[in-house]
Amino acid sequence: MEDPHRAVSGGTPVIAPGHTFGTVTDKISSIVLARRTPLWWYAGFGVTMLLTGLLLVSLTNLVFTGIGIWGNNVPVGWAFDITNFVWWIGIGHAGTLISAILLLLKQTWRTSINRFAEAMTLFAVASAGIFPLFHTGRPWLAYWLLPYPNTMDVWPQFRSPLVWDVFAVSTYATVSLLFWFVGLIPDLATLRDRSQSRVGRVIYGMLAMGWRGSAHHWHRYDTAYLLLAGLATPLVVSVHTVVSFDFAVSIVPGWHTTIFPPYFVAGAIYSGFAMVLTLAIPIRAVYKLEDFITMRHLQNMAKVMLVTGLIVAYGYLTEAFIAWYSADRYEGFVPLNRMFGPYAPAYWSLILCNVVIPQALWFKRVRTSVPALFVISLIVNVGMWLERFVIIVLSLHRDYLPSSWGNYSATFWDYSTFVGTIGLFLSLLFLFLRFLPMISIFEMRTMLPEAKVDE
Amino acid sequence: MMTARARPAVYGLMAEFDDPTSLINATHGAYRAGYRCMDAYSPYPIEELHEALGSHHTRLPLVVLIGGLCGCLGGYALQYWASVVAYPVNIGGKPLHSWPAFIPVTFECTILVAALSCVLGMLALNGLPQPYHPVFNVPRFALASRNRFFLCIESRDPKFDVEATRHFLETLDPREVTAVAD
Repeated sequence: MEDPHRAVSGGTPVIAPGHTFGTVTDKISSIVLARRTPLWWYAGFGVTMLLTGLLLVSLTNLVFTGIGIWGNNVPVGWAFDITNFVWWIGIGHAGTLISAILLLLKQTWRTSINRFAEAMTLFAVASAGIFPLFHTGRPWLAYWLLPYPNTMDVWPQFRSPLVWDVFAVSTYATVSLLFWFVGLIPDLATLRDRSQSRVGRVIYGMLAMGWRGSAHHWHRYDTAYLLLAGLATPLVVSVHTVVSFDFAVSIVPGWHTTIFPPYFVAGAIYSGFAMVLTLAIPIRAVYKLEDFITMRHLQNMAKVMLVTGLIVAYGYLTEAFIAWYSADRYEGFVPLNRMFGPYAPAYWSLILCNVVIPQALWFKRVRTSVPALFVISLIVNVGMWLERFVIIVLSLHRDYLPSSWGNYSATFWDYSTFVGTIGLFLSLLFLFLRFLPMISIFEMRTMLPEAKVDE
Repeated sequence: MMTARARPAVYGLMAEFDDPTSLINATHGAYRAGYRCMDAYSPYPIEELHEALGSHHTRLPLVVLIGGLCGCLGGYALQYWASVVAYPVNIGGKPLHSWPAFIPVTFECTILVAALSCVLGMLALNGLPQPYHPVFNVPRFALASRNRFFLCIESRDPKFDVEATRHFLETLDPREVTAVAD
């Protein structure tokens, strides 16, 4: 990090003035080490656990009855499940972007938000994984996707993008977990040293693995962290690229296009930053973290959303243009069916949510208004979900032969599974906020003016 | 088990400092005074500190490179073996060794093994997990993860002498100097 000590630059500071090593440490660790859990935490966790219960009920019903409880049926074999999978995986991308790419680009403002964005990535990938796993119908046989010597003497089909997807998503989950855990080690040592309770000391102590802040250790640690960032950067681009291959490698009209990989990656970052804003705004308010997650962070994230949103809008235009320019009647039908077919409301809502409303972010008054940012981030989350729905369902329901066209409608269990994964995601987030430091304490120390070494 | 040879009573002497600059100056001073077996402890990474201790570059990048190459070759070999040797399936007349289709999985395996060797290599080279270390015997060392900076000259240093080293450390203007029990 080039000059992290210039904490006040570009107007709004990254950390409010007046903080020291001690106050930063105490402020962030006290949230975790406080003996009394706030009442609203119990309330929030209770509600999200109820939704997680709904997920368990839905999945149990699915396993006992079969995937017929979902609305998927020929010709729409992929619907809510894959829509939700792509949506969740996309949300995860902002975490890796913030922690890895912005680290390599020396964007020091990332420091206040990288930890919980990484946690968000992990929980989003966990929620995403549920959908393809249960869409197999027999999740207890999901290990068949992995290459291992078996008595059936069969191996996965490595020419299939679905197998690439298994490798990409599982690698992504593993590397995100490693990155997050490595980042946590020094902070776990801080919690170990500051915990008043024996249980806390033992648990944080085991997790910190005897970290003592030795200069030799820090040197290898920094090297490892940079290398991991360098590895995670191409990885994050590859993951949504491979997810888009699930579609682009097929020959379904509307899916078989080369714009998909970059357009999916941009969309992933777009939705991910929207989710980071959706979470950061209430968290900074309830935990009084405005000193650390300042307006500067919110504005920067709004700018990233604006840019990626424009890339996504360009993707929509290119899709429609190429469909027309290809002179292929099946391809040409896709945008017309999107705009004027039975699902036209979904398409136009998507354009409204992802293209029209976010243009408000051009105005500084909007970017500096916390409520406006919160509302826009929610709208973008909805828009990105609709985008995946439009891509997946609308291409499948009317492809080549009008005799095999059909419509899709979601059932109660489609909705309950989706809402259930939101519950799971938020429950995990509540646990994270209570038991682990949501802001990287040691990286915040490096940002303080007193961290500057005078030669 | 205690060996017959008398172990030194102390692991080393530890000086506590208030700010990073004092710690770096003290480390430079100790290095100039001829001390080599020492370590500095700080609540966040300080680049200059590692150099002040006179240590060399880490081998971690090499570990990661080797891990990445193993993942790359292993991933490709796995797909080649599964698709060409163990389970050859003719799909649309495509060649069995259809290498472009093997790139994504090869790439993911490269990243996976490189990342695993990066984290495990970092921990192994650092000697972690380490359930016990003498520096934790100093009560004030708990602040090393908050806002204090420590320099510990270890008793295995040839130049170490409890009295002389303590006297030397006190010239570096620390908050206090403590003996670290082994």
